[in-house]
Amino acid sequence: MLQGWIQIAFTLLIVVVISPVLGSYIADVFLARPTILDAVLHPLERVILRWGGMNTPGPMSGWQYARAVLASNFAMLIVVYLILMLQGVLPFNPTERGTPSWHLALHTAISFVTNTNQQHYAGETTFSYFSQFAALGFTMFTSAATGIAVAIAFIRGLTGRPLGNFYSDMVQAITRILLPLSVVGAVVLMAAGVPETLAGPVVFPSLEDPSLSQAIARGPVAHFEIIKVLGENGGGFFSTNSAHPFENPNGWTNLIQLVAILSIPSSLIMTYGFFANNLRQAWLVYTIPLTILIGLLVITATGEYQGNPEVNALLGGQAPNLEGKEVRFGWAQSALYAVFTTASMCGAVNSMHDSFLPSGGFAMLFNMFLQIVFGGQGTGTAYLFAYLILAVFVTGLMVGRTPEFLGRKIEKREVVLASLLILLVHPIAILIPAGITLAFSTQLAGISNPGFHGLSQVIYEYASAAANNGSGFEGLDSTTLWWNLSTSVSLLAGRYIPIVALLLLADSLSHKQPVPLTAGTLRTDTGLFVGVTAGVILILGALTFFPALALGPIAEAFQIAGGG
Amino acid sequence: MSFAREVGRAVRFTLVLWVLTALVYPLVMVAIGQIVFPFQANGSLLSNAQGQVVGSALIGQPFTSDRYFHSRPSTTRYSTADPSHDAAGILNTGVSGASNWAPTNPELRRRVRDTAAELQRVGIQPTADLLYRSGSSLDPHITPEAARAQIARVAAARGLPANQVEILMAQNTEGRFLGIFGEPGVNVLRLNLALDAIKH
Amino acid sequence: MSVDLSSKPPFRVPRRVPQGPRDTRRHTPKTDFRGLYPRAIKAAFLKLDPRVAVKHPVMFVVWLGTIITFLVTINPNLFGTIQADISQQRILNGTITFVLFFTVVFANFAEAIAEGRGKAQADSLRTTRSDTMARKVMADGSIQEVSSTDLRRGDHVKVIAGDMIPADGEVIQGIASVDESAITGESAPVLKQPGTDIMSSVMAGTRILSDELLLRITHDPGQGFIDRMIALVEGAARTKTPNEIALTVLLAVLTQVFLIVIATLSPIANYIANVLANTSGATVANEFRAGVSVAVLISLLVALIPTTIGGLLSAIGIAGMDRVAQFNVIATSGRAVEACGDVNTLVLDKTGTITLGNRLADELIPVNGHTVEEMANVCLAASVFDETPEGRSIVALAEKLGATLDFDRTMGKGVEFSARTRMSGTDVAGQEYRKGAVDSIKGFVRSRGGTVPDTLDAAYEHVSRRGGTPLAVCKGSDVYGIIHLKDIIKPGLRERFDQLRRMGVKTVMLTGDNRITASVIAQEAGVDDFIAEATPEDKIDVIRREQAEGKLVAMTGDGTNDAPALAQANVGLAMNSGTQAAKEAANMVDLDSDPTKLIDLVTIGKQLLITRGALTTFSVANDIAKYFAIIPTIFAAAGIGSLNIMGLKSAESAIVSALIYNALIIPALIPLALKGVRFRPLTADQLLRRNIFIYGLGGMITPFIAIKVIDILLPLP
Repeated sequence: MLQGWIQIAFTLLIVVVISPVLGSYIADVFLARPTILDAVLHPLERVILRWGGMNTPGPMSGWQYARAVLASNFAMLIVVYLILMLQGVLPFNPTERGTPSWHLALHTAISFVTNTNQQHYAGETTFSYFSQFAALGFTMFTSAATGIAVAIAFIRGLTGRPLGNFYSDMVQAITRILLPLSVVGAVVLMAAGVPETLAGPVVFPSLEDPSLSQAIARGPVAHFEIIKVLGENGGGFFSTNSAHPFENPNGWTNLIQLVAILSIPSSLIMTYGFFANNLRQAWLVYTIPLTILIGLLVITATGEYQGNPEVNALLGGQAPNLEGKEVRFGWAQSALYAVFTTASMCGAVNSMHDSFLPSGGFAMLFNMFLQIVFGGQGTGTAYLFAYLILAVFVTGLMVGRTPEFLGRKIEKREVVLASLLILLVHPIAILIPAGITLAFSTQLAGISNPGFHGLSQVIYEYASAAANNGSGFEGLDSTTLWWNLSTSVSLLAGRYIPIVALLLLADSLSHKQPVPLTAGTLRTDTGLFVGVTAGVILILGALTFFPALALGPIAEAFQIAGGG
Repeated sequence: MSFAREVGRAVRFTLVLWVLTALVYPLVMVAIGQIVFPFQANGSLLSNAQGQVVGSALIGQPFTSDRYFHSRPSTTRYSTADPSHDAAGILNTGVSGASNWAPTNPELRRRVRDTAAELQRVGIQPTADLLYRSGSSLDPHITPEAARAQIARVAAARGLPANQVEILMAQNTEGRFLGIFGEPGVNVLRLNLALDAIKH
Repeated sequence: MSVDLSSKPPFRVPRRVPQGPRDTRRHTPKTDFRGLYPRAIKAAFLKLDPRVAVKHPVMFVVWLGTIITFLVTINPNLFGTIQADISQQRILNGTITFVLFFTVVFANFAEAIAEGRGKAQADSLRTTRSDTMARKVMADGSIQEVSSTDLRRGDHVKVIAGDMIPADGEVIQGIASVDESAITGESAPVLKQPGTDIMSSVMAGTRILSDELLLRITHDPGQGFIDRMIALVEGAARTKTPNEIALTVLLAVLTQVFLIVIATLSPIANYIANVLANTSGATVANEFRAGVSVAVLISLLVALIPTTIGGLLSAIGIAGMDRVAQFNVIATSGRAVEACGDVNTLVLDKTGTITLGNRLADELIPVNGHTVEEMANVCLAASVFDETPEGRSIVALAEKLGATLDFDRTMGKGVEFSARTRMSGTDVAGQEYRKGAVDSIKGFVRSRGGTVPDTLDAAYEHVSRRGGTPLAVCKGSDVYGIIHLKDIIKPGLRERFDQLRRMGVKTVMLTGDNRITASVIAQEAGVDDFIAEATPEDKIDVIRREQAEGKLVAMTGDGTNDAPALAQANVGLAMNSGTQAAKEAANMVDLDSDPTKLIDLVTIGKQLLITRGALTTFSVANDIAKYFAIIPTIFAAAGIGSLNIMGLKSAESAIVSALIYNALIIPALIPLALKGVRFRPLTADQLLRRNIFIYGLGGMITPFIAIKVIDILLPLP
């Protein structure tokens, strides 16, 4: 048991050490300070910008920035949808995959453009290699870069700078962060055993029973795998994602993936610190998601370690729950991966979430409800600061001043945007469709696990869509028209409403005249304030979902504890 | 900025970035993989003396007879099928998949009970990994405990001394990364191949 | 529905005397609070009118919920048949309806009480408001009797001794004494005359005691200061302040969130009921279904939405205006009061605000070889026409030193002080006696061909260094010496400035004194900064400079030349004794003409925000306990009964207890809402720690205890 906790502790330590380093690099990139790759990347970026039709990227207002996000993402959606629908006639299709259903292709395209990568399909049996790397792999870069760009624009606004230019930010996020790290990461993954080939599957007689043949799916996996985790995308090349030995062959690749999953979202908090020139505040803010993350890790890992009581009774002793888990990862690495991936809105899995004990299901749902436990690529950091703004509003009133954050007054507009963003979108995009689905559960739900867990499955699917996570309680039969379309709505609402709100919020903050700091100013870089913010997050963010949690994982946990 | 220009810019950037991230990057990486890491890049395939592929070092295979170490129960029978009865087309693509059964699912309860009974019938003391199905259904490993529980049976079936089998098991056990990350696992296919190699 | 409580003896609310260290506080107008409670109770029911109720979104949701629970009390199966004992359902639904109804009534009562107090305040202002006949001076000079309500801005009116002033106006002719006690409480009559900056404005409702005045009316009827204040304290014209709007938005969003939570809980619970039907049988499932009936869901909704702050929000706002009115300050908008809490910089005039208005001549320092006696004579001559307190104190000192006038007073001619020349004096028989700012006198002496001895500067510095105001005296080209005018700093100011500093408010003193004097007084009074030798233009400059740094500035003023600065400042407090122009430019008028009140207004503004923030925190923190009371008990059949950590008796008891708590907490907090959270001059961090502890932590714990106690007391199974 101790060995497992040591793995967990070391992994967290590595993430915490990387955050300030990567955070500082990201800040340098977007503050246009010199960085190591300048000599190569300046010319490349100039070419990209010129071909994109923008020789000198000018600053954008919040609304312009938002429109650029929407327009570019829409263009990408069309490209992806067309490739998926035309894959039968496009090249690199060794398994001769045909046209998927229109709603599956639409859901997949939306899911990947929104950085969610919710998969209502099995990769190896549904899509051609070309669809995977040229359509899905493409959005893995652009959707992650969109998230980073929005986060940077938000940080700029928060610290009183002009928001910047979306296209220039998106290009730099790719050329300076995602692509270099992906190239290095892909090579390391290949060395560790992840395939990278255009050849089709190999089929051969199995060793024990030659009348049975084994088919081993392959493909250009390594390059796809690294951006899947680095960009918080999570869409696996294969159906079982990072549980598949080709996606994640050993403890080393698993460590790379875990660190990649959390590194950019956690670093962006430090990037904020460098922008605001207040690392102390950045570290204090950092402790909020870190503490929640550790708490959820303990809950999840303990449950998986203790295992399923009924199976334990059969085994005559305690054994970890290994249903849906790989031997090479065991309970600790599986719990780590499950918590990391739902915390950061990555959505990749190295074990099957549906088969976790309810404590794990609770933690995963909790992560997605809050979506700030480092949160999605870029958006997580922005949500965290939106919570901070709401906390500032309530606490600011309590000290008798018009609330201000970083010297900028929080007024009606900010409260409207922040509360819409972090309070209202989620209940609308999760609870309403879940309510409809459950109201017609026999026709619509496709629930595969009976009992309380069935409720968790439905809630999880929409939470995953709305939070742009992408993981699932995969037993759910989600390949239907209803699921594809209803989750598409949650995906779009959970992605673009907050992004537009964030950008408008940043815009309005950047135009405020800063108010000087006095003894009457509520300092936001104190432990007290950060503690209050954590309370606001837990009360406002989580209480909304308490009834659903109570009847889902909590009731299931009591059922297991009661021996039912 | 006019609407047309805005759309034009979105389309142009989409195409430029598509070329970079969806064509240049993957194809360059495939080239690197094929040139620098041909073994891994093609799926770590293992071949027999005749050069025929017998499996992948990373992918498990189903083993149920006494002469082999059993692998974990798999939802897809390790992506295998009878080529003459492959209506589902498993052999066209290869598959992976898990049960996705919740701990409270009665089917899980039933299945685990059946598996335990089956293991006991063939003389294997059940361990957790042999009762629970893996996540990928392709798990190449079993735990060292699960392997140890099978040494006596395999040694007896093959007429080999138990300690020789144990040495082979140790040789085919893959440890943690840096001794810290991950769990040790016995690669069942490799171990069974090694056993077969002794026979010849 | 009417409640007649008039048979009870009228309840008298003790009038709150505004706090503050000033021993010079004058009285506030008497406010009659008789009949407040009966009237508020009646109003609480009248406010149930949907057209009124819809204005408060949070409480309107409760009101709608009440109607629905009432319907399901009549027919529990209205929204689908419930497999449970109908009469039991009726009793539960009826109880819920009853409690919800009173939740709405209590919230209405809170608002009504605040409005009632405001109205009482307004009534006392309004007593002065009765129509009077006015003598309107027509264009041709003739006089016509018209009703005061027919007077329009710009009309000319004549008032003679004994008349009520018919409308706010400005004196354009005549000198008269006016009794303003009806409005300001100041019992001594005030002299009104035209032209001068001060004392030229008159207010409607005051009475002219002597002589007669010709007035120009400055406000249309119903537009005067008092009218505006009446509207504000009554809550009628109270527009929501920016922070209040932002808070309302947040509360509305929270309400919507919980509406969604509860609306979707119905299919979720239905799914669980089906689960239970499979696992535990139909009986358990039916029990579960009955446990989450429409009435129960509405109860949960009401428990979760922020009813506490939603019900008290408008009362807090009205009470804030009321507190300002009790302070005898007229605010033109709630926004101005809120801005007081945000002020970063107070710009204060030295004279009248920091020091007592009258400086006294303390010492004469002769120079140029003159003796004290010679100098005293010149001082007397220069000051004999000076009616200011300083002038009179110089005369007194000179006479004490044995000075006599060596000319006939009637032959002399007074030279008035002006801001430009900064000196005054007497011209008599070709001699020019002057006293004034040292620089001005130097210039004057030089212009008359005289020289200025170095000893003058030495004496000047000597006085300045001791914090005195030096005045130079001369006769023609001959400088006689320096008069030491001593400033007296108001008692207790130092402590208040210290408090302000801790609250992050900077104080800037403006004075016409020279740098050295100013610095000494600034240090003695404990202000953070000062502007010496300030002209009226400096006032607006310093405000602009501070505002350019993003600060909010408050200032007081009374003169016409203060008007631009009063308008520029974020909070401009005009003295009632000031000119009409100053009062127009300011957003508050102090009827007591006490500039120190600015400091109290900062406190009131902060208190207003703190009360809102504290009650919001309390309200939201309450949700945790309410969740833990209701969810585990109504879903007990799903096996989560052990989350019922309070050990409540049953689902019915838990729901009703939580709702009763929810309803009772509103009236329980009315006194706090009206009085405001007690304000302490602490730093923001200290305040937050304190208020989070009391209202955040308290808000989490209180309902746990209260709901448990109610659960024990309730005669429910």
